[in-house]
Amino acid sequence: MGYQQPNVDTSPKVSDEIRQTTCYMCACRCGINVHMKDGKVAYIEGNRDHPVNKGVLCAKGSAGIMQVNAPSRLKAPLKRVGPRGSGEFEEISWDEALDIATEWLAPIREKNPEKLAFFTGRDQSQSFTSFWAQHFGTPNYAAHGGFCSVNMAAAGIYTMGGAFWEFGQPDWDHTKLFMLFGVAEDHDSNPIKMGLGKIKARGAKVIGVNPIRTGYNAIADEWVGITPGTDGLFILSLIHLLMKAGKIDLDYLARYTNAPVLVNGDETSPEHGLFLRDDDGKPLVVDRKTGKLTAFDKPGVKPDLSATHRAAGITHKPVFHMMAERYLDEQYAPEAVAERCGIPAKQIRAIAGEIARVAFDEAIELDHEWTDFRGEKHKTMTGRPVSFHSMRGVSAHANGFQTARALHVLQIILGTVEVPGGFRFKPPYPKPAEAHPKPHCGVTPGAPLNGPHLGFVHGPDDLMLKEDGSPARIDKAFTWDNPMSSHGLMHMVISNAHAGDPYKIDTLFMYMANMSWNSSMNTKGVMEMLTDKGEDGEYVIPRIIYSDAYSSEMVAYADLILPDTTYLERHDCISLLDRPICEADAAADAIRWPVIEPDRDVRGFQSVLCELGAKLNLPGFVNEDGSQKFADYADYIVNHERRPGVGPLAGFRGDGTEFGRGDVNPEQLDRYIENGGFAVSHIPEGANYYKPWNNAYQDWAVETGLFDSPQPYLFQLYVEPMRKFQLAAEGHGDRQPPDHLREQIKSKMDPLPIWYETDQHGNDGFTVNALTQRPMAMYHSWGTQNAWLRQLHGRNPLYLPTKLMQEHGFEDGDWARVTSPHGEITVPVMEMAALNDNTVWTWNAIGKRKGAWALDTDASEANEGFLLNHLIHELLPAKGDGMRWANSDPVTGQAAWFDLKVKIEKVAAVTESQPAFPAIKSPVATGPKELKWKVGK
Amino acid sequence: MTQLPETTQKKLGLVIDLDTCVGCHACVISCKGWNTENYGAPLSDQDPYGGAGSGTFLNRVHSYEAKPKDGPAQLVHFPKSCLHCEDAPCVTVCPTGASYKRVEDGIVLVNEDNCIGCGLCAWSCPYGAREMDVAEGVMKKCTLCVDRIYNENLPEVDRIPSCVRTCPAGARHFGDLGDPDSDVSKLVAERGGMDLMPEMGTSPVNKYLPPRPKDQMAGKIDLLAPLLTPVAEEATGFMAWLDKTLEKI
Repeated sequence: MGYQQPNVDTSPKVSDEIRQTTCYMCACRCGINVHMKDGKVAYIEGNRDHPVNKGVLCAKGSAGIMQVNAPSRLKAPLKRVGPRGSGEFEEISWDEALDIATEWLAPIREKNPEKLAFFTGRDQSQSFTSFWAQHFGTPNYAAHGGFCSVNMAAAGIYTMGGAFWEFGQPDWDHTKLFMLFGVAEDHDSNPIKMGLGKIKARGAKVIGVNPIRTGYNAIADEWVGITPGTDGLFILSLIHLLMKAGKIDLDYLARYTNAPVLVNGDETSPEHGLFLRDDDGKPLVVDRKTGKLTAFDKPGVKPDLSATHRAAGITHKPVFHMMAERYLDEQYAPEAVAERCGIPAKQIRAIAGEIARVAFDEAIELDHEWTDFRGEKHKTMTGRPVSFHSMRGVSAHANGFQTARALHVLQIILGTVEVPGGFRFKPPYPKPAEAHPKPHCGVTPGAPLNGPHLGFVHGPDDLMLKEDGSPARIDKAFTWDNPMSSHGLMHMVISNAHAGDPYKIDTLFMYMANMSWNSSMNTKGVMEMLTDKGEDGEYVIPRIIYSDAYSSEMVAYADLILPDTTYLERHDCISLLDRPICEADAAADAIRWPVIEPDRDVRGFQSVLCELGAKLNLPGFVNEDGSQKFADYADYIVNHERRPGVGPLAGFRGDGTEFGRGDVNPEQLDRYIENGGFAVSHIPEGANYYKPWNNAYQDWAVETGLFDSPQPYLFQLYVEPMRKFQLAAEGHGDRQPPDHLREQIKSKMDPLPIWYETDQHGNDGFTVNALTQRPMAMYHSWGTQNAWLRQLHGRNPLYLPTKLMQEHGFEDGDWARVTSPHGEITVPVMEMAALNDNTVWTWNAIGKRKGAWALDTDASEANEGFLLNHLIHELLPAKGDGMRWANSDPVTGQAAWFDLKVKIEKVAAVTESQPAFPAIKSPVATGPKELKWKVGK
Repeated sequence: MTQLPETTQKKLGLVIDLDTCVGCHACVISCKGWNTENYGAPLSDQDPYGGAGSGTFLNRVHSYEAKPKDGPAQLVHFPKSCLHCEDAPCVTVCPTGASYKRVEDGIVLVNEDNCIGCGLCAWSCPYGAREMDVAEGVMKKCTLCVDRIYNENLPEVDRIPSCVRTCPAGARHFGDLGDPDSDVSKLVAERGGMDLMPEMGTSPVNKYLPPRPKDQMAGKIDLLAPLLTPVAEEATGFMAWLDKTLEKI
């Protein structure tokens, strides 16, 4: 045949209409263009104008179309008719569902509001759900931060007024060396990939610290295959080398941190280790010009890092002295830590050297004039272009808080926080711990709680204890066990409620939290707790209400199901009051709106809470005449005001032109939709670096309604509130810890970062570290097992390093029995060379239970798929002291998922991973046998 | 047998940066989404919620481990789709003329009306870049989004393949590799862009930018060590150094 070429239509119609909203396939909150054809979703792409993703979109985002048609979507409210756990339900009307919920909850509120435990999982509306819980009056509210990354968040806020991800980001445009710690295919999914792309495009370097070399670590120029749980020791070794060599930013430390603040050195004083303060309570420094004690923020003061203050025979030293004494010690020398960290000393030295070289020899200057809080004018902005990012890999250890603190201290001594090329906060951060609320637990029957549930404690007085000293909260947050538990301990709720420790509850109410499967430690045990009955034949946890959009494993364990919508069928606000979408150069927020209407009898959970709140007569949800205040969540988003002029959405307020502060604008949601689903207000040049100390930024933040008055502050290298807990443990003060916790508090609440080996009790014979991570294409996506995404990650072998493969004589596809002090699983293995020699891992939450998610019973996820959760207990092995010791960080209570140690044996092949559970009856039908999803003609 | 054009006016193709690709599969799913809704038959999925779930994809990401003699093992993410070869064996093997290479831009396409689903092209492609759609019985392959790149219904900035538009890391580049002055040609020259399996004689248009050398830092310790020279051996000496240094600030 001769050459011939047909005509192709190269300009087909793309869609009838584009509707712009916010993605919810994970927690990243990218802007999306939803292309519609014939009223149906035809194609989803990134929104180029959106501040988070600037047009790009990850695999999850593009697969949203398969979420909206998912066979696992719940169809109507459900009432349990079989035994709990069976999955036997009958469909009921919304009227009946809300009547049942009201009937259960109203008496609790009247008599004993704490008998409701309301925990909301991967909720992006926490400022709303917490508002509801507060008005209900229960102290028992939190979302999923306690089992995710509270160590990182709390350590960041206590140290420098913000952490990574939602709090801040590397200065991608200027950074020259980027160092990534932890299991990080995750949080801040697209922005990190975009940032790595920028770094790579200009040939700058990336260092990846992670036992597993996948994802971002695969493209790292330098890989540090660290032993899990030792990041803190490695970081302290870097601090040791940098301090020893004087490669630290002394000017920055003196001006912007508490390094020069004087610490009470009187060992006999109840204030030993606390800051010397003036009569106004301001921390004192020695002024280098006058040599006199001076308030840290006095105009013109030049704080001295070195000078001590001697009074009444006692020498009071600045924090910096204490740091030098601690970190110059040879226990942190690379040679001393190399073996423990699994990193050659030479590599530690080389990395410290490279950090020093880039921070000081490649410093940058931006020509932006600015004035600091002491009134001093600066002609330029100096930048130290080394930046860091870290998330769950560091967080999810029982030494995670101190490790995250160490990382923040490393950034600060380099002078690279809030400077060009370094780490930058995103509004409403920076915000010091003192500017956050404290936690509240004041319960009054029939009335709201006395304040917000979660917050930041500043000493023993702020703990959430009852008069008898017992925990006020069901999860024991803010107690001596874990004083600084700013996000609560969702992973302890079911265990504590079942044990009646600290007390029994009546109703467990959860949202978007798969607690009978991958979101719990000790999964099998949790299933038993949820189905356990007392001697009276009643369930030990009497009532469970659950809201989810999909047929997850948790559905079967609830008594009443309130079916949620998918993310394209609902209103939401991604609020500055909550977890916004700001960038380092801008404040921003966003909405979701129903780009399609549900084709099922489902309702957005937040709208359901508006109605349920009214039926329960909650003060925030009814008008004076007792009628329902907010018709639905959209009504709340527009009309609720947290403070006068400040509401859930900052954009298009008042006459539609105001950002931050302004009257309610009834047309606000329409303005958002016209603007692509978001609103942005840019920070002026000259105000956008050095934010905690920059007058121009502070003024902008007040104007924008982020706070009500300027609040410059110092970075807290030394965290004084931690010292207050130590003082109590040493016997000072009225509020005393129980004796069994004194030693833990003295040793773990160190106000300067330390590293310690996590509790190894019961680990004899279990020597291999076991980890999980979520694949990028599924990170933080809790929806259905998506038809397209499951073809990428439908299997999860246990990956073994070459050394362990050889030692045990494994071939790919062989089966292993993996045992921990708590349990055992039998799973398929596969070799991976780019892995720490003594670490095994698998993809998390690929394993599904038969009958869930509308998968066929032969689905790989429900057969070979498995969870490591069976090996991890929410409690540490019993020590014989009669106590229940949580498998959590002793500072924050963060779930220590990654402290898991196992042993591995080769076993004969089996047909499915163990333990296997009987199928649960599905409330929805299974999916189609074939998909040809073309909605256009 | 089907003929290839003697020459093409442009050589449109992709340049994929293996030093930057994090293996996130964004390109895979964006491609799936666009091409399910657009050009020709939808990309179908068989048993999408069952044990043997398997569908048609025009672009897939593979991962390979590399084990250098010195230094730790590495993982390379390797996205692969049709490379729009100049000497495309999938075209010349086609018995019906359904497979063809376009004169104006060099894109290799399948005219689905003429495809009999014989699968010879997939067999002849050394890269395994073609996939038979089971539902439709026609051969599917990367079209380089021919229905996007000239599409007057799209804003000009969006007239690029969906995989390039969506790639979060910016690891995918699109342009005319026949024009030595194009951005993509310059990038290939600068970064040592490579052909995939050149020994097959297919002259692929798509190019791959190789990973940069890794794990070099410890080798530079001699250069970096002087940066870490202690200011003093003892803590007291450190404080003396501090006093002296502070005088200069």
